[in-house]
Amino acid sequence: MIKLQQITKTYTLGKRELQVLKGIDLSVEQGELVAIMGPSGSGKTTLLNIIGCLDRPTSGSYHLDGKEVSSLSSAELAAIRAKKVGFVFQTFNLLPRLSALANVELGLKYAGIDDRDLAVEALRRVGLADRANHRPTELSGGEQQRVAIARALVKRPPVILADEPTGNLDSKSGEEILSLLTELHQEQGITLVMITHDPDVARRCQRIIRLKDGLVVSEERT
Amino acid sequence: MKRQQPAQIKGLKKWLDPVYSAWTSIATHKLRSSLTILGIVIGIAAVIALMSIGRGAQAQILSRIQGLGADLLGIRPGMTMAGGIRGGFGSASTLTLEDAEAIKEQVPYIAALAPTFSSYQQLVAGNQNMNAQVIGTAPEYMFLYNLEIADGDFFTDYDYQRGSRVAVLGANVKQTLFGDEPPVGQQMRIGGNIVRVVGVLKAKGAVWASPDDAVIIPLTAMQQMVTQPRTSRGERVVTSIALKVTDQNQIEFVTQQITDLLRSRHRLAPGADNDFNITSVQSTVEALKEATGTMTLFLSAVAAISLLVGGIGVMNIMLVSVLERTREIGILKALGARERDIWGQFLTESAFLTLTGGIIGVVVGCGVSVLLSRFKVMTTLLSADIIVLAVVVSLGVGLFFGFYPAWNASRLDPIEALRYE
Ligand SMILES: Nc1ncnc2c1ncn2[C@@H]1O[C@H](COP(=O)(O)OP(=O)(O)OP(=O)(O)O)[C@@H](O)[C@H]1O
Ligand SMILES: [Mg+2]
Repeated sequence: MIKLQQITKTYTLGKRELQVLKGIDLSVEQGELVAIMGPSGSGKTTLLNIIGCLDRPTSGSYHLDGKEVSSLSSAELAAIRAKKVGFVFQTFNLLPRLSALANVELGLKYAGIDDRDLAVEALRRVGLADRANHRPTELSGGEQQRVAIARALVKRPPVILADEPTGNLDSKSGEEILSLLTELHQEQGITLVMITHDPDVARRCQRIIRLKDGLVVSEERT
Repeated sequence: MKRQQPAQIKGLKKWLDPVYSAWTSIATHKLRSSLTILGIVIGIAAVIALMSIGRGAQAQILSRIQGLGADLLGIRPGMTMAGGIRGGFGSASTLTLEDAEAIKEQVPYIAALAPTFSSYQQLVAGNQNMNAQVIGTAPEYMFLYNLEIADGDFFTDYDYQRGSRVAVLGANVKQTLFGDEPPVGQQMRIGGNIVRVVGVLKAKGAVWASPDDAVIIPLTAMQQMVTQPRTSRGERVVTSIALKVTDQNQIEFVTQQITDLLRSRHRLAPGADNDFNITSVQSTVEALKEATGTMTLFLSAVAAISLLVGGIGVMNIMLVSVLERTREIGILKALGARERDIWGQFLTESAFLTLTGGIIGVVVGCGVSVLLSRFKVMTTLLSADIIVLAVVVSLGVGLFFGFYPAWNASRLDPIEALRYE
């Protein structure tokens, strides 16, 4: 499903060049549940953004679902994000002026699917059917993250990418979110890649990939 | 599992969706959006009101002049050049009674012709007196200018031949000198000469070539009362010559014939400027149309400036809005929005603002225009093209001034946008 070969990423800050990823080789099979760990600044988010086609690598090749995507145009990348990738962020990233349902519908909009019932169904799946008309400010952090998950999964993408999805939550709602994600992974056979700092969370994944200074330092199966 | 929707509803939804999302984001900042819209309302209302004033003035002037008829020609002396200073039309003494007679005899297609010599004179009747223009002319004058008689008669050919001392009064002159007394048959004085009133004209109320404030007498009588200047060749100077052609289509031909005749009579060298000037009602209408058109254009330009200011306000607000919603843009991009989706959304928003302002502005502008003419402050003329133009322009302003902010929004890097606090 995901196949990275010698991926590098260099940021240019003025005249200084900063190589954040220094040659990553990584494969993720379809339906796998993978955790990415590593110290702060090791390049986890940068890697996830490249996997999610939000960013382009500086060099290396990347095949997503069998297609080389490392050199596509921004419009082509947008189309891939719209159909194949669902993002879940640490900070939820809901649109504050839209209701929970409208936020979930946004997940369908750019995938070109026009079916409100799917959005209602996704909200029900994350247990928020009765909160459809609430705005994000009227929801708890855990509930907001559920809406974000519903938004990511509503278009049934093959890949869901989560960047510290429990990072802003207390341990109880973090646990609930984690259970929800693992359940969805099992139910729907989604490929799920998740960044986490929490070893307990990582242990529940099938594989743990550790990054340090832009390189994969270890891979272990749990 | 998916419900099938009819194609039309889908198509409609495709259009309404961006409008709805534009509405939700505009509604989030009600005061800010209202003020921005107000800028456009003022601009569009000003365009409509001022254009309707300009058009109204134009229509009013033209309708008065065109009442004179398109077959009328006027000849006036040309400009004098005294020490390099132009004196303006009518200030030279180059047109003569002999010219008028020659034209009448030699130029075809002339239905009627009247030379005039006019000057300002003191008028006295009973214990009333006033200063007014006295026009000495031929009886054809009445026919040429479509004058109508309210009381009595115009002077006759016989009066003209004999130089009878008779006068026809303009409506205002009659009112000043005689009040409500019937003046026909009464005597009055023009300068030191006694004349008998034979008729009174109906009021015309026209702004241009109005005889309301004049007294008309036979040119032959005029010659006995005031000394008519003579040219170096001994011809008697007139102020102007008016004539009507028998066939409107011959106006150009007649104009040419008169020009040739007068040039040879005045012994003008080839290449020298005409020392006379021939105007038709048609050419006056053209000139006035141009003048009032320029006025309308000027008014529109003033209005356009206020619209421009409104447009800049829209651009300003859209730039602020893009900045505020940087994170939102990042989120939409992460969800798969393409550049043109973002672009389209912001452009729809600014077009929504200005179109709303435009429609309210049309209502306000039409209201102002109707009130101005209802309370007789000014004649205004509203027409559908102004309204359509205003609506289209307001939409155009939104698209023009929204373009740059929308383009900015669409070009944001998704990762940086997502990181924006
Ligand atoms: N747009 C950018 N421009 C310049 N440097 C960047 C940019 N994005 C990230 N970096 C740098 O790249 C490095 C890796 O960043 P990244 O966000 O991938 O780390 P991370 O592993 O996700 O850290 P954390 O656990 O704190 O989220 C950091 O040193 C960061 O400063
Ligand atoms: Mg990170």
